[in-house]
Amino acid sequence: MSRAGLGLAALAVLPLGFLVVFFAWPVGAILRLGFAGGGVFAALAEGETWRLAWFTLAQAAGSTLVAVAAGMPVAFLLARVRLPGVGIARTLVLVPFVLPTVVVGLAFRALWADGGWLSIVLANAFFNVAVVGRTVGGLWALLDSRAEDAARALGASRWRAFRSVTLPALMPAITSAAAVVFLFCATSFGVVLILGGARYRTLETEIYLRTENLLDLTGAAALSLVQIAAVLAVLLLGAAARRRREGALRLRSRRETARRPVGGEWAVVAAAVAVLGLLLTPIVALLVRSVSTGGGWSLAGYRALAGTGNDGTLQVSGWDAALNSLRTATDATVLAMVVGVSASVLLVALRRSPGRVARGVGESMDAALMLPLGVSAVTVGFGYLVTLDALPGDLRRSPLLVPLAQALVVIPLVVRTVLPVVRSIDDRLRQAAATLGASPPRVWREIDVPLAMRAVIAAAGFGYVVALGEFGATSFLARPQTPTLPVAIAALIARPGQLNNQMAYAACAQLMLVTAAAVIVIDRLASGRVGEF
Amino acid sequence: MKFRTGVLVGLVAALTAGCTLAGNDSASGPSTVTLVTHDSFAAPQQVLDAFQQQTGIKINVVKKGDAGALTNTLVLTKANPIGDAAFGVDSTFASRALSEGVFAPYTSPEADRGPQRYAVDSEHRLSAVDLGDVCLNIDTGWFAQHGVPAPATYDDLVKPQYKDLLVVENPATSSPGLAFLLGTVARYGEQNWQHYWTQLQANGMRADAGWEEAYGQDFSGSSGKGPRPIVVSYASSPAAEIGDDGKPRTKALLDTCYRQVEYAGVLAGSPNAANAQKVIDFLLSQQFQATVAENMYVYPAREGVPLPASWTTAAPLPPNPASLPAATVQSGREQWISQWRSLLGQ
Repeated sequence: MSRAGLGLAALAVLPLGFLVVFFAWPVGAILRLGFAGGGVFAALAEGETWRLAWFTLAQAAGSTLVAVAAGMPVAFLLARVRLPGVGIARTLVLVPFVLPTVVVGLAFRALWADGGWLSIVLANAFFNVAVVGRTVGGLWALLDSRAEDAARALGASRWRAFRSVTLPALMPAITSAAAVVFLFCATSFGVVLILGGARYRTLETEIYLRTENLLDLTGAAALSLVQIAAVLAVLLLGAAARRRREGALRLRSRRETARRPVGGEWAVVAAAVAVLGLLLTPIVALLVRSVSTGGGWSLAGYRALAGTGNDGTLQVSGWDAALNSLRTATDATVLAMVVGVSASVLLVALRRSPGRVARGVGESMDAALMLPLGVSAVTVGFGYLVTLDALPGDLRRSPLLVPLAQALVVIPLVVRTVLPVVRSIDDRLRQAAATLGASPPRVWREIDVPLAMRAVIAAAGFGYVVALGEFGATSFLARPQTPTLPVAIAALIARPGQLNNQMAYAACAQLMLVTAAAVIVIDRLASGRVGEF
Repeated sequence: MKFRTGVLVGLVAALTAGCTLAGNDSASGPSTVTLVTHDSFAAPQQVLDAFQQQTGIKINVVKKGDAGALTNTLVLTKANPIGDAAFGVDSTFASRALSEGVFAPYTSPEADRGPQRYAVDSEHRLSAVDLGDVCLNIDTGWFAQHGVPAPATYDDLVKPQYKDLLVVENPATSSPGLAFLLGTVARYGEQNWQHYWTQLQANGMRADAGWEEAYGQDFSGSSGKGPRPIVVSYASSPAAEIGDDGKPRTKALLDTCYRQVEYAGVLAGSPNAANAQKVIDFLLSQQFQATVAENMYVYPAREGVPLPASWTTAAPLPPNPASLPAATVQSGREQWISQWRSLLGQ
């Protein structure tokens, strides 16, 4: 084995080890329990299973389309437009992401009582516009606009120049974002449950029910297999789409590419503003709920939140819960960054290596890294219960489990955000550096790291927000002494009485505030981080 | 550039160093008892602290979803339990927990003060802690305002004057929803309950996935101010809906209640059984029982524990609730849920 090969192997240990211990092993254990019961294949043959699969994929596809359509103008605004307020928009677009699904579900129900499947699609898209806006915007901001300008100079219309120059260059980021959004929507639980009432069910809601309430692990295993197969198929399609479109791009800094919109670009800006307005609607509705009482307005919810609730609902004050959220999210993000960035570096290196085997390994690892987004949180959570006691120190009781489980959801996002940027770094830059005598580590340091840094920080910000809002895995491990804000909100909303209700919505406002502050800090760190050359 | 990256990394490291959760937690040791419970568990810190001062035992609470999720967690981990004691397995799931051998026998000296009335097995593996009765709740103001007589029984709900007024929860996804379904099975029998539900549906009943939507949003008597004045909730809910005039805005229909008893027990295989038993005694003690109404909206299982003053008029304990034997529930539950789903075309 060559030295480079050894280096790659060493790099692979961390992400693969993490995935095996905290994902493959627990999920495999639960599936095995299901198979031990027998009858999995009988369950697979039921028409009901396939109806569920169909609806799951259809609603996820619909949600993805809506999120991409709404996210593209937002991406343009964030990447290419220099206007007052763009900075605020950048923060704002991430806020929906952290809101607990139960709250968003209730807000959508309040705005549109019987929307049926359409409101499921819209609510899923509401959560995920940020994924498209920030992922695509991240690459768009770095694209060299001179190719587009050349096309314009040669007589192409603005639309034509966008279609034949910019869009192909953005494709890797768009497909990446679409894949992530699709997985989020295919496994969305709270939204489907609340907006679907008792009518609409997906693989995810059914897996939850069978695992958590009925302990029908056999039925759940059958559905999980279908879910995993569907997710893998979509991932492979996405990978194939990306393969055909990836090439080296000339990356520049945003300062060179952002400018005041001209002509037809104003229409895109208007569309982006309209999308942001729509995103704000449920958010404003929540804020109104937090201060409205039966007869008027009051800040009682906020006052009670400074304490521990009105009847011992919470063991800690809202601010303590916010602090817990920040702590856990920090742990999860650091963990996910370490694993995700090393995985991205590994994947890029594998792609560049000459052997077909290495490339094949890269492809399959890429898909494997995405799988945690496509597997039910309840499967992972119950998997932890039956496996992690085998590790030293019975991790099942450890507070570390919360950031670990959150990191599992964040890692795929990190990979999808960092990878397109790292991949599109022009190899000729590297070759030039090597010709000038730079060692491979030096090439990384001087070429790849500066260019990728921005994407890395964007991924960290994004991952942080996802961890802040994560509820599925967190609620399994909720420790009353240290609840996170989403867990506290769920506890408050599950109790009768006006004050509890106001407090729940006040806690949502607090969560949004904390999120916005975190995003602003991270974006501040990220600005001006792109090397110039 | 390099310098700035260094600063950033340093900053992140500094942030994390102070943030890491690990290390400030001592959830093990002989004097700590891990109590596995459901999401609704709540107890005043000072009562837990007083218990720790008396006995030297620190209670470490771990929450695992609702009663069903909690029970299934205990079943899955019975070979190597994640705690020493559990609280919150209710009468709907007690059979499963017992037949799977999750709990160890223990007869608490406190049990003869009332809890033994709700005993489910002769070995006393489960001790009753509280009662959480599920009943229909009505918005009394709505009926007064619209000049419609308030309903009182299951039978009333299928009358034309109550068309489109009822919101229930899906028994597959909600525990009060399941309790209400069991209530109708107890009332109409295994032969006729489906017929009753068909009539309910024909009369414009709405089924939501969870209590939060049904009670908080579709019910007219809560802060959501929804369109429907009849909802499936708890006997205790009116205690939370007392207006500034001191009068409750809602009322539980005491003839439509289904009793759910919540139990606690020592987990079989806990290396800490002696201390876990003391925690069970504590859950049945006067001090803890006096807190359950205010903190968890349930009724104490112990006799002679006074309810909060506002409860005596707003949320009295239902005098004669329905209930089904635990074994009957265990054998019928899954089938009834799937029948309910197909009945409603879902």
